[in-house]
Amino acid sequence: MTGETQVLPLLEASGVTVLYGRQVGCSEVSLDLWPGEVLAVVGESGSGKTTLLRCLAGMLPPAQGRVDYRLRDGGVEEVYAMTEARRRALQRSDWGFVYQTPADGLRMTVSAGANVGERLMALGSRHYGEIRREALAWLERLEIDGARIDERPQAFSGGMRQRLQIARNLVTAPRLVFMDEPTGGLDVSVQARILDTLRGLVRDMGLSVVLVTHDLGVARLLADRMLVMKDGRVVEEGLTDQILEDPQHAYAQLLVSSILQA
Amino acid sequence: MTTPDPAYNFAYLDEQTKRMIRRAILKAVAIPGYQVPFASREMPMPYGWGTGGVQVTAALLGPEDVLKVIDQGADDTTNAVSIRAFFKRTAGVATTERTEEATIIQTRHRIPETPLTAKQILVYQVPIPEPLRFLEPRETETRTMHALQDYGLMHVKLYEDIATHGHIATTYAYPVKVAGRYVTDPSPTPKFDNPKMNRNAALQLFGAGREQRIYAIPPHTEVVSLDFEDHPFSVQTWDRPCELCGATDSFLDEVVMDDQGRRMFVCSDSDHCARRRSARPEAAA
Amino acid sequence: MSPVLQLRDVEKSFRLHLQGGTRLSVIRGAAFEVAAGECAVLHGPSGSGKSSLLKMIYGTYPCDGGQIRIAAGGAAVDVATAELSALRRLRRDTLGYVSQFLRVIPRVAALDVVAEPVISRGGAPETARARAAALLARLNLPERLWALPPATFSGGEQQRVNIARGFAHPYPLLLLDEPTASLDAANRRAVVGLIEEARAGGAAILGIFHDKDVRDRLADRIIDVGGFAAAA
Repeated sequence: MTGETQVLPLLEASGVTVLYGRQVGCSEVSLDLWPGEVLAVVGESGSGKTTLLRCLAGMLPPAQGRVDYRLRDGGVEEVYAMTEARRRALQRSDWGFVYQTPADGLRMTVSAGANVGERLMALGSRHYGEIRREALAWLERLEIDGARIDERPQAFSGGMRQRLQIARNLVTAPRLVFMDEPTGGLDVSVQARILDTLRGLVRDMGLSVVLVTHDLGVARLLADRMLVMKDGRVVEEGLTDQILEDPQHAYAQLLVSSILQA
Repeated sequence: MTTPDPAYNFAYLDEQTKRMIRRAILKAVAIPGYQVPFASREMPMPYGWGTGGVQVTAALLGPEDVLKVIDQGADDTTNAVSIRAFFKRTAGVATTERTEEATIIQTRHRIPETPLTAKQILVYQVPIPEPLRFLEPRETETRTMHALQDYGLMHVKLYEDIATHGHIATTYAYPVKVAGRYVTDPSPTPKFDNPKMNRNAALQLFGAGREQRIYAIPPHTEVVSLDFEDHPFSVQTWDRPCELCGATDSFLDEVVMDDQGRRMFVCSDSDHCARRRSARPEAAA
Repeated sequence: MSPVLQLRDVEKSFRLHLQGGTRLSVIRGAAFEVAAGECAVLHGPSGSGKSSLLKMIYGTYPCDGGQIRIAAGGAAVDVATAELSALRRLRRDTLGYVSQFLRVIPRVAALDVVAEPVISRGGAPETARARAAALLARLNLPERLWALPPATFSGGEQQRVNIARGFAHPYPLLLLDEPTASLDAANRRAVVGLIEEARAGGAAILGIFHDKDVRDRLADRIIDVGGFAAAA
């Protein structure tokens, strides 16, 4: 369109195939993620959505294809062509990764404050008072009582642990967050609260998100756009209302027809 | 110097093993603070009794060397006495309790108060060489973290200290950064000794037998103790002098005297304390 | 004056994979235009595809054939073939849609639900909320409800929140699917007033209104959908 500045994708995957030995994890997936966009990847267990997510997030190199990321300075770099040092630096500053099981993304043996502060310290923060202030602000933003800053996550409920994991990821103001079933193992009421918090954070921080979920309700609440995966391949792609209201592929129709009506 | 026991090779280890250890030492000196794997041997003493330090010392010893062994600063404790006896028997080398006479000092958990010289080597016995182990159990991960200088985790530990105790409560095995590159565990020496590691004239070698690692701080290398801007590194101080020699600048041990709970504070470095006392006429009397 | 919305030969059928791949044709040869400042009303018996047409224009239902051209910022976008990013831009800036039901979002206050389209376009939150408050007041939603999430509201209350949201941003093209369906006479008048204002402001409006009074009052033109309905 004329008059509008060209918006370029933040993350681009081209023909990504991930193999586990001879087993195919995901096959020839291409996608763009736009700045400020929430992209949901849906499909049943074993459809390759988590494999794709880990590959996009620089954690699982593809056998074929490439993943490109647009840096803050506008330059584009191939995620798997970077040095590991650079990729890690990116993963702990510009990116976040929220695991389904909070224990996978948290350090369970150190306090909530240290969990949130770790990324800051990794980036070179060396002022205890400032790190603690920042950690406290993030705990409260995620609705965790600041008085519990020195408690270990073991003492937290599942929902609190998940909020702590999110705080730990967002403390460096990343641009891109990968989420693997972020509300997977939680009660419905706890889930709703976290989804709502996430919606607000996505909007306020302008986050781009790749969200893996098998729950179309979660996708409906958070996602702008959806990919439907089956047997390692993307079988359908569309805006959230398109997929939910008029799915084209047989599998997508089955998936949508399986939603429980509230 | 006595004649070594002919039943053993000089200093117990065979020559091939010593060469292997020397190669590891050379690599360690070339990469200050980096943990070099080596093929640690079974020694005639249990792990935890200084098998790493003993192997390093064995690889270093020549017939002309003068050996000092200290355990928690003292020359006369079990571990020190038995290791000294071990090398006296297997290598026949001269031994001493006087810091400045020694060419090699094997130590468990102290650095002598007497400044070391360029002619000396300090050999540390190390139980756990990996400073990141406290928070990261996976060896593959800690190695990657070292390779990438990904050291945020070390400060997480110090953060936890302050959050829990109000100050950095780590008082021994206090992590240091060597030559601006590798974060290194100084073995369980008190942090009181950390400043002595910085730009020390002597070569400092660290041997971990069970963990099969050797690392080094070459002479005159910068060694910085990690800290926070608002919680800077500081060493222990005592509000009293050594009750035996009156020293106010040495590391003091608290010694329980009797069943009534009477206790006294004395120098942990027994050589330092003894010589201060002998230099004072009234103490000698 | 060039039309804001222009349909040509639009076709739609549903393929029902779960029913053995049955193909269900619903629209064939739909063609009409709506100009700026005009309110066109889709008319036809129930099941004739009125709502489907609105959803196709909004891009929710993909087209099987034809063109749906919408004037946007000096250019025209064909919804039938547009890239998803272009469609999203179109919805953000040009194309508004008020459905029959509010999609309730847990824990988001009614006022914020209404203000959201303005804020997501980069509007200042205070201005957006002030506009939202004015709209809710106009639609007689009691002020004590504004700070509450609409999940527990009655159908009519939810519908008014939904309408307010649709009118928060002055879209050049508005699609209205039975906006007055569950409202009483007073609120129906308020909604009609909003629609008339939007039209007077130059918006092109395409609506479905079952209520005859509302239809008679608003319709500049009636489009008979019966002519596009595919033979069953």
